[in-house]
Amino acid sequence: MVYLTRRATFSASHYYWNPAWTAEKNEQVFGRCANRNGHGHNYTLEVTVAGEVDPVTGFVVDLKWLKGVIEREVLDAWDHHHLNLDVAEFAAPEFAAPELAPATGVGLIPTTENLAITAWRRLEPAISAAAAEAAAKGASGGARLSRVRVYETPEIFAEYRGGL
Amino acid sequence: MIASFQPDSPGSSPDKAVSSPARAGRAYFGRRYLVSASHRLHTDALPAEENRAVYGKCNNLHGHGHNYMVEVLVRGVVDPETGMVVNLAVLDERVRARVVERFDHANLNLDPLFANCVPTTENLCRVIFGLLKDALPVGELEHVRVEETENNFFEFCGE
Repeated sequence: MVYLTRRATFSASHYYWNPAWTAEKNEQVFGRCANRNGHGHNYTLEVTVAGEVDPVTGFVVDLKWLKGVIEREVLDAWDHHHLNLDVAEFAAPEFAAPELAPATGVGLIPTTENLAITAWRRLEPAISAAAAEAAAKGASGGARLSRVRVYETPEIFAEYRGGL
Repeated sequence: MIASFQPDSPGSSPDKAVSSPARAGRAYFGRRYLVSASHRLHTDALPAEENRAVYGKCNNLHGHGHNYMVEVLVRGVVDPETGMVVNLAVLDERVRARVVERFDHANLNLDPLFANCVPTTENLCRVIFGLLKDALPVGELEHVRVEETENNFFEFCGE
């Protein structure tokens, strides 16, 4: 088993706000992240897949393909966008996983933790579909998603490794 | 704010967002802290020549220093009301009080925690893990990683 990681960057704005709380409580819990006009970061996304090395190509997966998956599933929707306003899972309750969303029926709060989980959920179907397709052809290769890490700054990151 | 969301924008497929198992709210939150400290690698258990052979220039009599990068990784459940595994401000307060204030701009050899062990970065990892494992406001300490320079680093998971 070999682990392969592709790194990508995106720039986005967000704010943290739970509408069930008073303004004072939001400010107390979230600090400056609660400023309603938002702020932004240069994020780094690391996507790690795990699989066997294909004896013909020497690849776990084709990095070009993985780059395309990351761009289509995540970067196109997130890069140079306002996460609270533009991205489905954070903008609208119907797109937010119920076990992760606040009880008040809003979208997920776009914390680094929720970005990691949401990126996983966007990437995993495409990666597992490609692995299933490879297996159906009897081809080796095809990898599973192993880890998603999102850096909000070089000093702050969150990681998700799938349902535990 | 939701009114301005365009449902046909990229990534808006609802089954993408909700088609995963429950209990999926466990995640990891990582934070990196800078600690500048000095140390000298030397053990009284070995004669001077062997200390020199084992530790090389790290054994120089008056010590030397590093900018250590201490990474703390917390494992826990994402609280739906905050979206957080752990509140960064509270984590910072605990780590600063227990680790950064103790070791930053200090000589590790003089700290009582290194009275009986050599302040290698391996041991610094273990000592920091011990200082933090019961001090977190929430969640479990998954690992402590210490980068001594850009090219060497150490991790301890408590085992």
